[in-house]
Amino acid sequence: MAQLTPQQRDAYWQKTSRLMWIIMAWWFFFSFGVHFFAVQLNSITILGFPVGFYMAAQGSLISYVVLCFWNASAQNKIDEEFGVAED
Amino acid sequence: MANQTSSSSFVANLGKIYGVYTGGFIFFVLVLAVLEQMGVPNKILGYCFVFLTIGVYAYIGWISRTAEISEYYVAGRVVPPFFNGMATGADWMSAASFISMAGGLYLGGYGALGYVLGWTGGYVLVGVLLAPYLRKFGQFTVPDFLGVRYEGHTARVCGVVVLFCASFTYIVAQCFGIGIITSRFLDIPFEIAIFVGLLGILVCSMLGGMRAVTWTQVAQYIILIVAYLVPVVWLSTKLYGFPIPELTYGQALNEIAQLEQKLGILKPHVGAYVDAKGQFSWVEFNNFWALTLCLMIGTASLPHILMRYFTTPNVKDARTSVGWSIFFIFLLYFTAPAYAAFAKLEVYTNVIGQPISALPAWVQNWSQVGGLLTIKDANGDGILQLAEFIINQDIIVLSMPEIAGLPYVVSGLVAAGGLAAALSTADGLLLAIANALSHDIYYKMIDPKATTLKRLVVARVLLVGVALVGAAVAGTRPSGIIQMVAWAFSLAAAGLFAPLVLGIWWKRTTAAGAVAGMIVGFGICLFYLVGTRYFDMQLWFGIRNISSAVFGIPLAFVVTWAVSLMTAAPSKEMQDFVDSIRTPKGELAWVKGAVHD
Repeated sequence: MAQLTPQQRDAYWQKTSRLMWIIMAWWFFFSFGVHFFAVQLNSITILGFPVGFYMAAQGSLISYVVLCFWNASAQNKIDEEFGVAED
Repeated sequence: MANQTSSSSFVANLGKIYGVYTGGFIFFVLVLAVLEQMGVPNKILGYCFVFLTIGVYAYIGWISRTAEISEYYVAGRVVPPFFNGMATGADWMSAASFISMAGGLYLGGYGALGYVLGWTGGYVLVGVLLAPYLRKFGQFTVPDFLGVRYEGHTARVCGVVVLFCASFTYIVAQCFGIGIITSRFLDIPFEIAIFVGLLGILVCSMLGGMRAVTWTQVAQYIILIVAYLVPVVWLSTKLYGFPIPELTYGQALNEIAQLEQKLGILKPHVGAYVDAKGQFSWVEFNNFWALTLCLMIGTASLPHILMRYFTTPNVKDARTSVGWSIFFIFLLYFTAPAYAAFAKLEVYTNVIGQPISALPAWVQNWSQVGGLLTIKDANGDGILQLAEFIINQDIIVLSMPEIAGLPYVVSGLVAAGGLAAALSTADGLLLAIANALSHDIYYKMIDPKATTLKRLVVARVLLVGVALVGAAVAGTRPSGIIQMVAWAFSLAAAGLFAPLVLGIWWKRTTAAGAVAGMIVGFGICLFYLVGTRYFDMQLWFGIRNISSAVFGIPLAFVVTWAVSLMTAAPSKEMQDFVDSIRTPKGELAWVKGAVHD
């Protein structure tokens, strides 16, 4: 069933947009939010790493990998729910 | 691979083919390591690395030659997500990532982590906002999307102009990097070395277009990641007895902090937002987030990256492919700060404070490459002080194996990796420019009736032309690699991000709005960049020109939004077209005024 009714289409896009905003919020948090406090975080040290430095050097990067795969799988679920996933 | 049936069996056996290839490469490195122990001179080892790897790329380029339009422009849309991820990784990681980034971290400490964040986080934007929808749109180039969505040649031409400016700046930086490596390892002058490297670029992309570039990029990714990891893993094991540098360099950071106190360095390596005196500075703080933002948005606007997602079989694969891309890129990026920390530790402990007469041969060798390393005994005591050792960020990675006293074969390996990084990105960029000119300008606007043969000839001629001009400009050494690349990101971000994102996510965006937004956003960015770089213009809010898009991006959005609301809403057909891009399944809706094919 490729053709959606206008209502279904709106519902589909609403869900997709919601996912987009959630991921964007996490993206903002890991790209800017955490690093605004780098000076304070740097006073904590784990395994020799000051935490503020660690977040910018590794922590945020790990979150990006997770976010990209999470987005792919969550969006696939939405596609299947509305029957618009490709064959 | 020359015809359809062998092409599909090639795709089915990718894992096996690249597995054998990786094994072969490792064997080749081991053989050279043995030869080194047997006394083969370094110069010969350098030649082997440079020529054999370029030879492999040339071979892949040759067997992937094609005369089919969709093979040439989008690799036949058969590239599996995993391998497209690797190809994107190589396409993405250029001389700036491989050669300069760890060097930037070495010199800048925390401040340079803006590059690490900015060059990874953008993939979240690509995956969520753009890639799947551009894949569904399913044409050949990024300006194609603008031309169709914004109904006409004006938007298309604006797109091509931005694409050209950004990608060309980027190519010059790559040619510069290729020049440094070939000049050092083949022992020839920089200006000639650039053109030797250029041959390496052209053999990959000219005959096979996107198809050849895709399969060479996968091969180049494997070489560059091995080359990047080997010296760092080696050092981690040597210093701390544990082969995972990402975990052990915390100790190196500690030792650096102690040495900094001993040497009287005011600016700590890990200090966030500090100026040269080690004090917190709002200017540094603002520059940090501005750079991160510009690089991330630039990532999501650079056509040579976006067009990689045109090559996957479907929309779902495009999304997964973004995940694999960021994973493969992540492997290098989370290692770079370790590379920098180890290099700094080695320099502080083994180089600084040594008698200048007793410095090893690598100092001499690198001093000869275009003034990138200078040692001057300023106080005449014969001992090397920190201030007397000036090393350019572009050679930290390349020289680190020698600084740390690793066998020369590791240096050769790193050179091969750097070359792979620079060549692969240069190929992607060249293709993006040549495709935009041949497809968007020549075919769509000048001669829509051109035959396939003629279109491919035009594409190839343009490719060679752009490559030659890029190399010639690089020969004039316009700036450092990382700065040039950051400019390219800013230019793309200010010009392309708003029209692409709004075109998909806001149906109300009109052609006039998008064109106005592109012109204003890109215009302001270019003005700031050129003004501050060449005309001594005052910096706005202390923001350096590598982040010049920070003014253009919001302006592009505001102008697009305002002008769109002032002009008539897009037609019903156009709104249906946007709907059809948003759903993975189903045909694209037909739009009037769109190009006919």
